[in-house]
Amino acid sequence: MLEIKGLKVKLEDEDKQILKGLDLTVETGKVHAIMGPNGSGKSTLSYVLSGKDGYEVTGGSALLEGKDLLDMDPEERAAEGLFLAFQYPVEIPGVGNMTFLRTAVNAQRKARGQDEMSAGDFLKEVRAKAKELKIDADMLKRPVNVGFSGGEKKRNEILQMAMLEPKMCILDETDSGLDVDAMKLVADGVNALRSEGRSFLVITHYQRLLDHIKPDVVHIMADGRIVKTGGPELALEVENNGYADILAEVS
Amino acid sequence: MAVAQLKSEITTARLDAAVLPNGAAWANSVRADAASRVRAMGLPTKRDEYWKYTNPTELTAVAAPSASLFDAGETPLFEAVDRIKIVFVDGVFDAAASDDLTCEGVQIERLVDAMAADIHWAKDMYGVLETRGQRPVARPLAALNTALATDGVVIHVTGKTAKPVHLVYLHQNETSDAVLHHLVKVDSGAEMTLLESGPSAARFSGCLEVEVADGGAFHHVRAQGRDHECRNVTHCFARIGAESTFKSFTLTVNGVLTRNECILEIVGDDAIAHVAGACVGDGNDFHHDDTVFITHDALNGESRQVFKKVLRNGATGVFQGKILVKAGAQKTDGYQISQSLLLDEDAQFLAKPELEIYADDVACSHGSTSGAIDETALFYLRSRGVPMHDARNLLTLSFMAEALAEIADPVLAEELRDRLEGWLALRS
Repeated sequence: MLEIKGLKVKLEDEDKQILKGLDLTVETGKVHAIMGPNGSGKSTLSYVLSGKDGYEVTGGSALLEGKDLLDMDPEERAAEGLFLAFQYPVEIPGVGNMTFLRTAVNAQRKARGQDEMSAGDFLKEVRAKAKELKIDADMLKRPVNVGFSGGEKKRNEILQMAMLEPKMCILDETDSGLDVDAMKLVADGVNALRSEGRSFLVITHYQRLLDHIKPDVVHIMADGRIVKTGGPELALEVENNGYADILAEVS
Repeated sequence: MAVAQLKSEITTARLDAAVLPNGAAWANSVRADAASRVRAMGLPTKRDEYWKYTNPTELTAVAAPSASLFDAGETPLFEAVDRIKIVFVDGVFDAAASDDLTCEGVQIERLVDAMAADIHWAKDMYGVLETRGQRPVARPLAALNTALATDGVVIHVTGKTAKPVHLVYLHQNETSDAVLHHLVKVDSGAEMTLLESGPSAARFSGCLEVEVADGGAFHHVRAQGRDHECRNVTHCFARIGAESTFKSFTLTVNGVLTRNECILEIVGDDAIAHVAGACVGDGNDFHHDDTVFITHDALNGESRQVFKKVLRNGATGVFQGKILVKAGAQKTDGYQISQSLLLDEDAQFLAKPELEIYADDVACSHGSTSGAIDETALFYLRSRGVPMHDARNLLTLSFMAEALAEIADPVLAEELRDRLEGWLALRS
């Protein structure tokens, strides 16, 4: 599904290298987790993959189902099936959540040469999916993320994911700022979307999210590279011993 | 002094070229008075402080600069709304194109008919608010309108009007110079909505005087522009009584020269006065000026000024807004915001927000900002698959939302929003 080879990225405005030759392959239908200390480049990886400005790729490649992601505009990546659940979802005053969702869904359908979804079908689907995520009608009417609590914002991200039905989902610290109940709700939402044709890359500091979203593979990232890869037990090791031991072992 | 001489020459030339319309004795004397006031004040030049950001030359010239006719081939605005349509073609009432003017809760007459009658309520109102509005800042173009207005409507609102009154302005002559003056008298507890739209004339001067009695409500929704070459100057004067509401919203899209002045006076306690505008300007010949003056002269008044301008390719937006709180106007709640979204480096926004407060127990706030599209929000939308062009338009609409929210009627608000969305989408 996602194949990253030797990816090197620096900040556009500063002479600062963030990713220093990162290799990562996520197979179709699998859930991979990336853990790592602050400043290891986890969020940069998610932004570079989704096409945010401000980064310069100085080497390597990133392919989504064989297509060069790095050459595409963010909206093209989305239409190809890439989705980033933001660590800090953006507030957009004046744009209703429902309008936003419908615009996004139809824009992607249009880009793929599909017909737009009718207002009726859309409404039916969004209501059903919102209900599963305990998103009420009021949240759908309000401007995008404005006045939403931390938990509501994250649930709103998952609702977008559910509506857009991407192939490759990147979750950037989706657990940050969530209490235990909210995390469970978000994780349930994600688990409901797990399927044979859909892959996940879950970026997190903590093992606790991975109790709810069980990964197939766990990677440890440090200083712009993947330094260790293992099974779910690797996450437990981090939880019990911190990163120091692992980093000492690989250096 | 050269400036004074220029002013005098412009004023004399303009007044000499004009023919004052003829009506009943009272009307003729009001017009003559207005003409003398214009002479005394002198028409504005670009050296006037109040016209520092907007050049009035084309508005004071003897002849209107010609403007090509414009037909976007669009469904006219508010077509789907059940309303009374009153049509003016190049500033002249068109009876055949207008609806029957009878409607429950409101009496509508032509200004010329009111002015031909020796006894008419309009006699006590025509030019009165305009004259009051000349202090503390002179507005000679409004007095000129009072002197020269050839047509218009006088509306007496006696109850809750069954439907909005819609003034439709059509432009069919490339050099037309239209001067319209409307009066609206809202009785105690009465309510009405006034709609205005259309390209009016090559040059248009519109003056609206509104008297809202205690407990009355007046809603005004106006759409200007699209006819890029037309020059517009409008004045809205209102006196707002106790526990009454005045709300005015204007949408402007394109236009080489538009100056909208709104002069409101809250004279009764617990009254509400809101004036808002959203404007979209493109190109270095676009110039749009909102000039607002709100006076609080009663207790517990609430006023809001909300102006949003989206500018690009050298377009210029101007805002001059003032809140004057007189001594004794305690518990006044005044709010003023003027913001521009500058889509490139060439556009400019000139703002002069002013507060003048003589009461000690008031809450007044004002703000003015200029900014670009929020890149983070843009990326967020694009990451969801919304193409760049659409994402920018969505954020542009979002920027104007606070102004559009000032339209009280949801149906009218939705129509203007949809129309605006369509116009934005047309742009490359």
